[in-house]
This record gives sequence, structure tokens and C-alpha cells, in this order.
Amino acid sequence: MPEDIIIRFENVTKQYNSDPPVLRDITFELERGKFYTLLGPSGCGKTTILRLIAGFVQPTSGEIYFDGQEITNVPPDKRRVNTIFQDYALFPHLNVFENVAFGLRIKRMKPDVIEAKVREALRFVNLEGMEMREITELSGGQQQRVAVARAIVNEPEVLLLDEPLSALDLKLRSEMQYELRELQKDLGITFVFVTHDQEEALAMSDEIFVLNNGVIQQRGTPKDIYDEPINRFVADFIGESNIVPGIMIRDYLVEFVGKRFECVDKGFDPNEPVEIVIRPEDLRITQKDQGKLQVRVDSQLFRGVHYEICCYDEDGNEWLVHSTRRATVGEEIGLDFDPEDIHVMRLGETEDEFDKRLESYEEVRHAG
Amino acid sequence: MQDRTRTRNIYLIPYMLWIVLFVIAPIVLIFYYSLLNIDGAWSFENYKRFLSPIYLDMTLRSFWYAFLITGFSLLIAYPTAYLLTNTKHKQLWLLLIILPSWINLLLKVYAFVGILALHGPINSFLEAIGIGARQILFTDFSFIFVAVYIFIPYMILPIFNALEELNPSLVAASRDLGASPWVTFRRVIFPLTLSGVKAGCRAVFIPALSLFMITRLIAGNRVITLGTAIEQHFLVTQDWGMGSTIAVFLVIAMGLTMILTETGKKVS
Repeated sequence: MPEDIIIRFENVTKQYNSDPPVLRDITFELERGKFYTLLGPSGCGKTTILRLIAGFVQPTSGEIYFDGQEITNVPPDKRRVNTIFQDYALFPHLNVFENVAFGLRIKRMKPDVIEAKVREALRFVNLEGMEMREITELSGGQQQRVAVARAIVNEPEVLLLDEPLSALDLKLRSEMQYELRELQKDLGITFVFVTHDQEEALAMSDEIFVLNNGVIQQRGTPKDIYDEPINRFVADFIGESNIVPGIMIRDYLVEFVGKRFECVDKGFDPNEPVEIVIRPEDLRITQKDQGKLQVRVDSQLFRGVHYEICCYDEDGNEWLVHSTRRATVGEEIGLDFDPEDIHVMRLGETEDEFDKRLESYEEVRHAG
Repeated sequence: MQDRTRTRNIYLIPYMLWIVLFVIAPIVLIFYYSLLNIDGAWSFENYKRFLSPIYLDMTLRSFWYAFLITGFSLLIAYPTAYLLTNTKHKQLWLLLIILPSWINLLLKVYAFVGILALHGPINSFLEAIGIGARQILFTDFSFIFVAVYIFIPYMILPIFNALEELNPSLVAASRDLGASPWVTFRRVIFPLTLSGVKAGCRAVFIPALSLFMITRLIAGNRVITLGTAIEQHFLVTQDWGMGSTIAVFLVIAMGLTMILTETGKKVS
């Protein structure tokens, strides 16, 4: 359905001067009305993608399409997108009302229309009655809301959010996560949210793009990315993981830490070296002799909802366990897990190859 | 606590002495002399004379020239400062602009006398391209041109600093909200750098009001400003009372300019 595609990047590369490229030949499509998150460590190129969509920078090569039209060299003021900046970028010489009215005044709307729209936008972000306040009089959370109101009052088709929650304290941040998600559903427009916070990304998004070194490592729903990370980088970046080297003996049989385990993965070469991911919450603590792995508890942290227990096996591999049951430091325990908890990653696999391999077992599973 | 205030007071002594001797005492003296007529008797004669058409005309003209000098300086300085903030080696360029202000004023003025003279390089050039030599020195144009040249670094610096402090994401936000580059300049960049513009205008307008050397050497006394009049009264006519009266008005004018260009509360 091409009419559902709002933004398309085609082989976009961005390079500043002679530095290594910030983005390397990126191609993707964004659908209308979805909440997208660009996730990655600083310097991965996520903010550059946002700036390319907003029009603040032009790609070195490649094309950008908006609603089917090429906009690669269209200036930012001619694009139907609005941005919420990391530092909010509210105009310090204007009060709350004038900040929100800025875009409408530029469109030369009638004063009574502007008045009505600004009031509605401020009501939307729960800032009624604050119209005449100066920006400097507002708290961080209120400034954030003004920035949201100033952007949405222009009725953009895409809202770009550049790490807008990073300056807020933890409690306000989780509150704003809910509010932004609600806002996106109410407005029904596309949100492109940039963050380096994986929990934020998992909680808010319809779809996540994990970036590293200017390349999209993996894209998918939060659940797909969490459950089926494509490589060590994604597994490590999204949530806590135990990653150990292993060998895929044959289909459905993998060897790691010197033992062979039944698993649900297939499609590898016989005896192919691989990496194994097991999420900490998938490991269950059992009696020493009943577990598939035998480990010694090294340290334990109480995290509120669970204990984070750090264990080492005889070969010195670290195993992180999230458990509601507490363990005793120094105790020898067993760790148990199910075959579907083992996630096998092929070394150096690209996203396309990965998707093809996943599809191939989907077929097998449906057939069987 | 008391000890600390005492040491602080001791540190203040040199500065206080300076202020009293070189700021307060001269102003009091000027005011005192302004109330003496040419024969040394108390009178308001000088003030009455100052309010006569000759002096009022001179005052208006001084303000007009100072206004022109400030205006042209601003017209050149703002775009220059703006370009500077966007160049790669801005500190180097800035240094090159400030450099001439370290050279003695009189030297620069004499250099311009040579350049603008009837047989100077500019006239030779005009002759070579067939326009023909003309009087450039001792005109309003040469006066304003040289004054602007002298004052421009003092206008560029504060504007440059204000532009440097401007958060670039505000410019991006303005473009993002649909403003063209020109509208962004008008509604965001200029209002937010107004404090620098005001500081620059103050640094140029006030000294421009009391210029006298340039009026003599470049304008050939065709332009008589308040500064020239003060100099003449003190050194030529020996009428210290009248010179002081003009100086009192200059001090008042400076005070007013300070108030008018008040930057108000600083925006972060």
C-alpha cells in the first residue's frame, strides 16, 4: 500500500567533510500513523536521520521522499513536519502563548483562529491558564509541554522528537512516556522518536530501528527485537543478556559451555560457530543437580521487582539471572531454561539474511 | 565578618580614589565652571547662550552626524558579525577586524588624509578610469566614512558576542515552524541579539557625539560638532565657562543614551 508510506529513504548516505560517514547507504520506509523509535548509542546516526527528515541537513547521496514526493533538497520551512528539540528550543523572548502561536502567525492566520488553536493546543498538554507566563518561569516538564504544543498546533503529518525526555527526572520521564504515547494515538500522526534509552524505546514504540555506526542493525516491533536480536550489538543494547560463544552442531542442537542443548533454531551449516543469547529473566534457579548449568552466586542486587543475581560457571562465564527468589552469595546453584529460551545468532549476518532465515522457520512451524 | 568587610574596604580604596579624582571631581568642576561667565562672575549666561539657535543647531547637527555614524556602522557591522559567526576560523577573522583599533587614532586619521587627498591614490584611480579627480577630503562623506571606519570594531564585537551566544537550535526551531530565513532573522535572530546591537550603538554613538579630531583633520572644520566647540572654547577662545556648559549637556546626553539603550533584564 504505497499511500500508507509517509517517509521513504533511498540509499541515503551522509558524510561531513572527510570524516567517516554518519549514515551509510540507509534505505527504509515509515508508515503513516505509527510510533517509530530510532534507538542507538550516541554517534550512531539517529539524530542525523531526524535532521534529514526535518531538512536541517541534506544527504551526501541518496533521496528522501515525503508522501511520494521527493523532498531531498526542500528547505525545512516548506516541509510538513515539526520537531521537538532536545533542549526544547523555546524562544526566550516570547511568552508561552507567542511561542505556541509562532508557526500560526507565520502562516498569517486570523488572530481569533490563532487564539482558539493555541488555547486548544495548551489544553491538550494540560497547560491551560499558563498563556502569559514567561519561558524562564516554567519547570522542565512544563517547557517540554510547551514544546509539544508549539509543534502539534501546526498539525504536522510527522512529528520528530529528538531525545525530548532526556533532561527530565525519572518519574516525570515515565509520566511523559505515557503522555506522548497517548498523544500519538489521539493525533493519529507519525511520530519519529530518537532515544538512546532502550526501556523508553521498548515501552513506547510500534516499531524500533536499532542503529549503530550509521547502519540500521535491525528493525521490528519491540517484542521481535527483544526476543530475536540479530547480533551481539542488538542483544547487548536492548535489555540485559547473557551472550556466550557456541557451535551449532546440527539443526535443533547447539553446543555451548561444553554441553549440548536442544534448541528451536535451524538453517545453519553443520558445526557453524555462533553466539548464544539467553535473557536473564529466562533463567530459573534450581537445586544444583537439577539445573542445566551449575554456577556459583557471586553477587546479588535487589532491583525492586526482582533480584539481579550475578553468577559464574566453572569456565568463568558470567550468567546474569533475574529472579523474584533470592539466592545466597557463595551458594552453588543450578540454572534451568527451556529450548525456546536459547536464541542463536549467526556471526555477521545481515538484516535481510536474518529475516529470510526467520521466515523459513515460520514456514516450517506452520507446516508442522 | 567585620575583618572581612574591612579588608574589602581596603581593596576598594584605589578604585574609589580613581572615581573621585577622575570622574566625580571633573564633573563637579565642569558644572562649577559652567556657572561662571567669561569674566569669572556667577551667572546663567552660558546656559542662555547654549539655548540660542547657533548652539542648538550645532547640537542637532552633532546628534545627526553621531546618528549617521552609528547607523552606517550598524549596517556594516551586523552582516559582518553574522558572517563571522559562520566562518571556520572566526577567532582569526575577529582578530583581524580588531587589530586596526590597536593602532593610534591620530596615525589612522593622518593615513586617511593621505589616501583621500586631492593628489592621493583614490583621486589618481578616479582620474585613471576617466571620472576625474574631485574633492573628497573635507566633505561630509569623508568625515562619516573615516568615523565609521574608526568605530566599526566597537560595533562588531558586542554583536558578534550576542550572535555567538544565540542557541542555534532556536534558528532551527524557527525554520521548522515554517519561517523563511528572512522571517527567522526578523523574528528570532535579531530580537535575541538586540542586547548586542544596543551595546554596540552605545559604544559608537556616545564617542561620536564628542568627536573633534576627525572633524578638524578629515572634515576640515566644515563639520562643527559639540566636541569641536568644546575644544575651541577651551583652547582658542579661552571661554572655559561656555566650554563647560556644552560639556554638561554632553554628559546629560550620554546619560540619556545609556537609559534609552538599557538592555533590560538579560535573557538566557
